[in-house]
Amino acid sequence: MKVNATINGMKRVLDVQPDEYLVDTLRRYNYLSVRRGCDTTSCGVCTILVDDQPVPSCAYLSVRADGKTITTVEGIPKHAEKLSEHFGETGADQCGFCNSGIALSVYALQKSGKGITDETLRHYLVGHLCRCTGYQAQHQAIKKYLGDSDE
Amino acid sequence: MSKSFKAVNVKTPSIDGKGIMMGRPAFTDDLALKDSLIIKVLRSPHAFAKIVSIDTKKAEELAGVEIVLTHKDFKRNAYTRAGQGYPEPSPHDKFPLDEYVRYVGDEVAAVAAVDEATALEALSLIEVEYEKLTPVLDFEQAKGHESIIHPEEDIYEMFPIGFDPKKNVAAAYSMEVGDVERTLKESDVVVEESFYTQAQAHVMLEPHTVNAHIDYQDRLVLYSATQTPFHVRRILSQTLEIPLSKIRVIKPRVGGGFGGKQAIHGEMLAAAITKRTGKPSKLTYTRKEVFESSCTRHPMRLDMKIGATKDGKITGIDCYGLSDTGAYGEHALTVFMVTGSKVLPLYNKVDSVRFHGDVVYTNTVSSGAFRGYGAIQGNYALESIVDMLAEKLGMDPMELRQKNMILENETSPIFEIMGEGTEGTAMNMDSCKLDYCVKRGMELIDYKNKYPKRKVSDHKVRSIGGAIAMQGSGIPYIDMGAAILKLNDDGFYNLMVGATEIGQGSDTILAQIAAEQLGVDVSKVIVYSSDTDLTPFDPGAYASSTTYVSGNAVLKAAKEMRSMVIAEAARSLEVDIERIEFDGEVFRVKGEDDKITLSDLSNRLYYNEDQKQLVATGSYYGTKSPPPFMAGFVEVEVDLETGEYDVLDYVSVVDCGTTINPELARGQVEGGIVQGLGMAVTEDVHYAKNGKLITSDMLNYKIPTNLTLKKLTTEFADSYEESGPYGAKSVGEIGIDTPPAAIANAIYNATGVRIKTLPVTSEKILKRLKDKEI
Ligand code: FES
Ligand code: FES
Repeated sequence: MKVNATINGMKRVLDVQPDEYLVDTLRRYNYLSVRRGCDTTSCGVCTILVDDQPVPSCAYLSVRADGKTITTVEGIPKHAEKLSEHFGETGADQCGFCNSGIALSVYALQKSGKGITDETLRHYLVGHLCRCTGYQAQHQAIKKYLGDSDE
Repeated sequence: MSKSFKAVNVKTPSIDGKGIMMGRPAFTDDLALKDSLIIKVLRSPHAFAKIVSIDTKKAEELAGVEIVLTHKDFKRNAYTRAGQGYPEPSPHDKFPLDEYVRYVGDEVAAVAAVDEATALEALSLIEVEYEKLTPVLDFEQAKGHESIIHPEEDIYEMFPIGFDPKKNVAAAYSMEVGDVERTLKESDVVVEESFYTQAQAHVMLEPHTVNAHIDYQDRLVLYSATQTPFHVRRILSQTLEIPLSKIRVIKPRVGGGFGGKQAIHGEMLAAAITKRTGKPSKLTYTRKEVFESSCTRHPMRLDMKIGATKDGKITGIDCYGLSDTGAYGEHALTVFMVTGSKVLPLYNKVDSVRFHGDVVYTNTVSSGAFRGYGAIQGNYALESIVDMLAEKLGMDPMELRQKNMILENETSPIFEIMGEGTEGTAMNMDSCKLDYCVKRGMELIDYKNKYPKRKVSDHKVRSIGGAIAMQGSGIPYIDMGAAILKLNDDGFYNLMVGATEIGQGSDTILAQIAAEQLGVDVSKVIVYSSDTDLTPFDPGAYASSTTYVSGNAVLKAAKEMRSMVIAEAARSLEVDIERIEFDGEVFRVKGEDDKITLSDLSNRLYYNEDQKQLVATGSYYGTKSPPPFMAGFVEVEVDLETGEYDVLDYVSVVDCGTTINPELARGQVEGGIVQGLGMAVTEDVHYAKNGKLITSDMLNYKIPTNLTLKKLTTEFADSYEESGPYGAKSVGEIGIDTPPAAIANAIYNATGVRIKTLPVTSEKILKRLKDKEI
């Protein structure tokens, strides 16, 4: 089946199977930042933005992407780079398998213009599991990033 | 004590964080060849069975199927997946594929096909007839059970480890200092209790992943998400009988390991399939396979006895352990020994101490290496019973610890007796700030005001619990790490290390160590790890060895490189070596104006005069394993009506010597604490009656989330280990050890209920509270 979607600002025609999930399609088309960490929609590793909303691409049938705007972390290099500087500052970098998905959720939050507190940030990120960091350093980095970019 | 440094012990962002965050191809599956065959594995539905017949004809005939492998396709070469140095202290009790299946999820057959759908369809076409056997599911019934899990004759131990498969015993160990039974009999106070720990799952977010191809030199090349690329190469070579020189193992970016990727998982099948077909193949475990068919922490029962005098001198500790290695004996002996050797020396002033027991086979998921490696199990038992002893003595538990715990310049006879699979190494605690860690931790948690508990409402109390811990830094006289430094034109360096970056930051800290010695900015040291063709040997990322062992190797290589460039500068400036002053960038002649920059010197060496390549090598093996220490304190808020509790704060004060990278060291501690809290609080493991793992996905097996705890408070003691690189000890594992005991102690302080089986769930607390009321 053919699916027309805008991926990272570029119009693409994707050839997909009816039962294929977007995580697999995107990897097939070399958007390799989109990775799979589970098979129960539990980990958040595969997060992408569909029309600016964070979505687990492992549960999103590729056919549904027709006419949609898809963003992977390759599509927000400046924001990802800035966020990574804050991760570097607070020592939030470990294996990084969770990082690209988090970057997209944080970008969506930033774009939404919603203010955050410690508590709302934790709840907002609850779909992103991280087995390495213990989360706190990530929270610190994300808060600094959001604070920075407000200015 | 602290020295002033330029590159180590200063804030340094990880050298690879940016590229990873930006999503650049880095992990194993990102690097697989596009047309790779997809491998899928048929797994046993039975906990214990013999394959009577297996018919693969239909599967082989399916269009798109390249190959189907069963046990008939492999020569019977027993091996161990453990991923340890050679000869391994784990029994060779596994075959690439076998006629027996020993747990639900064990491998029956493998298929490689053009795509995943075809491979899965092929699996469903394989016809297997099983003869079901009686499984052994309860590890307390395993020893001497009529059902023998490994009846085959062609399995063996590499050296004596107590291997007795006919009794379902994978390993056994026993040691005693003094006469513990007599000591306990003569003690004023004795406390006795049994503790149970569960089969914690690693849940690294990147599943086990491997791909293989044959390169244009006709060699087998594997990319693998492994912690031990050199061990993988050796094990593949020995088992599949491919010359070592014909195999190359590349470890790209790894998405977490925690011990789970120390062992071999998909590598054996991918290597066999690519070798036979000549075609590239890849195998990525599903999350279910990671849970069901990789490995877990060894579940244990620990029977503890501890004695003391009336005034609180601990006189003797007796620990009998029973450890469950599951279907295969990976790390059976060594994890068990560490349960004693990295826990019992904490109380080194005892008259007698004994540690003994068995590691048994069961028909469950195999156990293996997992951060903490026995120490977390032992710590939970010992640090729980020390609190119980304090109560019986009417003493503050921290005071009891301070009175009895190991201090700087002291030792314990256990270090010499117990190593990892072999005898140990006597050593003094040249750096041990445990006393500071305890004192500072008590301040940070506000022990004085908050211990043991405070009521915050009519049904809620807040309480405090604590524990102390130690770990090691590598395996002395066994594991060797090596490094190569290469000078480039323009004056920057390549650092090639076998040490295995798996997300813990080793590439960054090894670059810092080299940069410190060479006097350059970290950006001038380009790190490459690890590739069996290109980097020197290293055992891999395990046993808390990278900072200490590989770090010392890097330091040696950097020292040698430094003298090499100074010698070349002296030659070019035509003076004696002794007259050269070098700050890392510029060589000056003492007392004169003559100078040359490293950049100019390098260009001269490569293009103009005295042309040569400068390469320096360093290798190192430990002659001791200096332990990092820590004190951990937790504050919880418990609802006495429901048994539910929140973790409000976890205070860690850690002595790991110099922190090479303070932020990344904090990350290691905090990540370890939260994994330990997972084991203590949320990570429950359940098996169905037929031996099938129920908690085999992330919905049922609950690792900590963004909401699990409110606050982590982490500090480091000012400490310097003379034998470590720039004073460093290890920090990778120490964080995980204290949470189970600290949580159990805090819950006891809040409720009067002692939970002796991990995890400490609200259901268990509530049930015990109800029992108490009756
Ligand atoms: S892969 Fe885990 S949520 Fe999508
Ligand atoms: S950094 Fe490894 S999972 Fe988050």
